[in-house]
Amino acid sequence: MNVLTINHAKKSFDELGVLHDISMTVDEGEVVSVIGPSGSGKSTLLRCATFLETLDAGEIIYMGKKAAQNDENGKAVYVKDLNPFRAAFGLVFQQFNLFPHRSVWQNVTDAPLRVQKRDKDEVAETAKNLLAKLGLAEKGDAYPCQLSGGQQQRVSIARALAMKPEILFFDEPTSALDPELTGEVLRVIRQLAEEKMTMVIVTHEMDFARAVSDRVIFMDGGVIVEQGDPNEVLVNPTQERTRQFLKSYQA
Amino acid sequence: MTFSTMLSTMSVGILRTFAIFSLTLLGSLPLGFLVYFGRNSRLTFTVPWLNLRFRPISLLVRVYIAIMRGTPLMLQLLVWYFGPYYLWGASIRGYRFTAIILAFVFNYAAYFAEIYRGGIESIPAGQYEAAEVLGYTKSQTFFHIILPQVVKRVIPAVTNEVITLVKDTSMAFTLAYNEIFSIAKQIAASQTSFMPFVIAGVFYFVANYVVAFGMERIEKALSYYQ
Repeated sequence: MNVLTINHAKKSFDELGVLHDISMTVDEGEVVSVIGPSGSGKSTLLRCATFLETLDAGEIIYMGKKAAQNDENGKAVYVKDLNPFRAAFGLVFQQFNLFPHRSVWQNVTDAPLRVQKRDKDEVAETAKNLLAKLGLAEKGDAYPCQLSGGQQQRVSIARALAMKPEILFFDEPTSALDPELTGEVLRVIRQLAEEKMTMVIVTHEMDFARAVSDRVIFMDGGVIVEQGDPNEVLVNPTQERTRQFLKSYQA
Repeated sequence: MTFSTMLSTMSVGILRTFAIFSLTLLGSLPLGFLVYFGRNSRLTFTVPWLNLRFRPISLLVRVYIAIMRGTPLMLQLLVWYFGPYYLWGASIRGYRFTAIILAFVFNYAAYFAEIYRGGIESIPAGQYEAAEVLGYTKSQTFFHIILPQVVKRVIPAVTNEVITLVKDTSMAFTLAYNEIFSIAKQIAASQTSFMPFVIAGVFYFVANYVVAFGMERIEKALSYYQ
């Protein structure tokens, strides 16, 4: 089953084309990594998929339901109430974006309670299990400023998972971390991949992408240059542009 | 006049000073929010034949803020009090205290609005984005995510304004309202004594000390996060 389908997505900022006709699907349980140079449109793609940016044209479909589709003029039109769709995904930001005035526990439980209006005991149980799983069992009462970057990013993963999303997006989840802290976050993502969590990960960590992904998408200049098995795309790319990009990483 | 008579005469003025102070805060702290929202209003009017687009509410509020900050509070007091008479020939009997409060509230609201704006605009966009992705409504985002962080950020600036207000209450002197400063001036003149000014000075100083102490406590209480 397709969790996410994006069809012919187009987006420009002030005449500057950022996404040119992007189409992609993500299947249930699939882990997709999106790589590419900065300015290639991969973060914009993620921001469009999570409704932080609106598409100029194209379709966004979650779980078979259309959140956006083209009108007769070929312009993307969104459904009025996007919140049911928001419930389908979670987003982990590069800068964590935890709520600094709230404890770890509140960060994780507030949206399930306030937004989803779920049962208090069930949310507490979910949060407890998530924090334990992410190695944060002792940190419930801590405030984000008391945590390391790696811990903060794990809290933000817990916050996203507490909403019970069908799919989890990561926007360069380790780019704001010191090198010695990236490992603990990547380990968590790897663990989620083993549990067949559906994920789309925008990343610069090539080795990680190769190890964890079912599929790698290489983007450049607002188009998908190539995609496929990570060992193909990252080891034997068919496109010259991909080869150049990977070479710049090895150098 | 003995020192203790002076004190008891002036203590009536202390109450009046306190009335101006507290009513001004009570009115201007919330009004500042309204002013901020007005300034931020996106309501747009278009005049097609002139190819003109403007935001009437935002524009009006900006003009109001510019006047409040650009002219002396003392002048504003006079306008609020005598304006109705000069403009419409209205009777201003018994209107003195109301005029003072109106002048102070509208003046301070303009400053508070700008302080709030600074605080709200300093919250990183990522906070709004995180809230949006989690499905918070606009008002939930404002009241539960943004506002608590704004309160912490604006407290030093608000403290400054409150301290200024304690001293600015003496401007009610302009409208011959018998708060502590006016009384001090009267006693000083009638008794040819410097002591009333000393008492008034000590009063303002102590009042501000209490304000600063209280605000510091609030700051401390909010220092559990960064």
